[in-house]
Amino acid sequence: MKNKLNVKNIFCGVSKKSRSGFINYGIVIVFFIIFQTLSSMGKLTNSLSGQLIPICVYVIMALSLNLVVGISGELSLGHAGFMSVGAFAGVIVATSLQNVIVSGSVRLILALLIGAAVAAVMGVVIGIPVLRLQGDYLAIVTLAFGEIIKNVLNCLYIGSDSHGLHFSMTDSNSLGLDADGVVILNGPMGALGIKKLSTFFSGIILILIVLFIIQNLVNSRAGRAIMAIRDNRIAAEASGLNIIKYKLMAFVTSAAIAGAAGALYALNYSTVVPKKFDFNTSILILVFVVLGGIGNLRGSIIAAAVLTVLPELLRQFQDYRMLVYAIVLILVMLITNNEQAKAFTKRIFRKKAKEEC
Amino acid sequence: MNEKKQETKLVSIPSPNKIPERDLGKMPVLEATHLGIDFGGLTAVEDFNIAISPTEIAGLIGPNGAGKTTVFNLLTKVYQPTRGAIFLDGKDTHGMNTIQVNRAGIARTFQNIRLFDKLTVEDNVKIGLHNHIEYGMWNGIFRLPKYWSEEKRAHEKALELLSIFDMQDMANVQAASLPYGAQRRLEIVRALATGPKLLLLDEPAAGMNPSETSELMDNIRQIRDTFGIAVMLIEHDMKLVMGICESIAVLNFGKIIAKGTPSEIQNNPEVIEAYLGKRKEV
Repeated sequence: MKNKLNVKNIFCGVSKKSRSGFINYGIVIVFFIIFQTLSSMGKLTNSLSGQLIPICVYVIMALSLNLVVGISGELSLGHAGFMSVGAFAGVIVATSLQNVIVSGSVRLILALLIGAAVAAVMGVVIGIPVLRLQGDYLAIVTLAFGEIIKNVLNCLYIGSDSHGLHFSMTDSNSLGLDADGVVILNGPMGALGIKKLSTFFSGIILILIVLFIIQNLVNSRAGRAIMAIRDNRIAAEASGLNIIKYKLMAFVTSAAIAGAAGALYALNYSTVVPKKFDFNTSILILVFVVLGGIGNLRGSIIAAAVLTVLPELLRQFQDYRMLVYAIVLILVMLITNNEQAKAFTKRIFRKKAKEEC
Repeated sequence: MNEKKQETKLVSIPSPNKIPERDLGKMPVLEATHLGIDFGGLTAVEDFNIAISPTEIAGLIGPNGAGKTTVFNLLTKVYQPTRGAIFLDGKDTHGMNTIQVNRAGIARTFQNIRLFDKLTVEDNVKIGLHNHIEYGMWNGIFRLPKYWSEEKRAHEKALELLSIFDMQDMANVQAASLPYGAQRRLEIVRALATGPKLLLLDEPAAGMNPSETSELMDNIRQIRDTFGIAVMLIEHDMKLVMGICESIAVLNFGKIIAKGTPSEIQNNPEVIEAYLGKRKEV
């Protein structure tokens, strides 16, 4: 019995990890092709085609949070905070460079990169003190971070004119802009008059890049160390692993990805308000991760995509929409955590694996 | 004044314990002097002295609660000692933490097995090899040539280490699903992979049957011979301790009560008393 298992492992197990990674890329590309053809044929309803970029954003957010929750084993309750930082940084970059760089896609790439960089800096600022502690402190601090960022952005005014960027914490008049200046960030009103730069295609490309980064990180020396620390911190220390370095690596990478997702999200609308990135959004992303399976990247992708579309599909229930949504959530949780259901799917997959061998 | 100044007289202090003759003249790999730790008002270990030579197999025995695992935790700096000093290869380990001590050359296993449960057997060993694999995060993400060459080297090295216990067939099994004895052996392999000078084994034979234990004895000797390292082990199985240890220290209530060769320990009245109690005078 044991020998049989080992033989199977030797022949089929070696490329198992990379094969699973390629399947994930495949799922994303197939999803893109299906929806791109549907939308070019005009078969998509308006509300659904408006959901395509948010789906990409939430898939990226779920992947990013899964890196913290599933791979690194820490809990972050303020991931929307990083998204928000990235979103507004991206908007500022895209809007202030409007006259300098003509090409929209170059501005989009710059916005995504700078959104990611600013969120990564925030990740470092939070991560360095908190990740030194053992326990659930990260959850509490990130929760507070999300709220603080929301409130700071609520009273932050930023404008740009020929002299550069102007900041203020009182109101938009005190920015002292020239006649040709524009207010980019207008306190609680958020960012107004954003030029839409995000496209479904750019969203899919970003998902693929994020998948590439996370999967390759997980299957490398650093990813192994991150997972080892999650599984047993004391043994990891005794094996000479630098605990803080690897926890920080996972957290900052995740924050940067969330920042890029935020920039993609913001540049899809003409207006973005800081209130959008509140605690509920953080929890929504956590729901995607938990539902898709903690540490399971493919599950995160599918859960995020399905649960973003679901409220739209349930529109026919009108007032009872969110009630049905909640019931669907509970049912899916029950089914995916059912031992018999798990054994059943495992049996099917094992048969397939045998045939392949 | 100057004429009266006396030069400080230097005397050679006796080594805290005896070492095997073949290691005579070599610097001890580990030397602990007057080591002690208090937890609040409780003194868990007091005046612990030991020297272990580079190729010695040393045993640490004692009744339950004597402080054996605490000594291991002191040596690996899980606890910082309240008193005393630990020298590793003649270097003071004062102020080091667990990670630095491991890099300096002490690897250990745990009494209650601590594996990376969700990783495969091979990845567990590769974690041990972590500081000997040389490529960074970006090499890993972008799969640069360095990634492939270093991972290949690590893979070969991991299988080579696993072959000590004939476990190379299990390389892709999840660590948590291994049988108990194999989990203990995997912990030893992982500790060995970090490239230690001194291997600390905390009850390596716990839960093993007699044939597994005698196999383990051969393995420990083989590890010492092929890697040329010192081994210090805590064990309750007297057959194993008396069979492979060249020197034994007996700990009771945090203090060393006897040190010597297996036969000396077996006949030491204090040791017999610690284990069996005092003979009642009639």
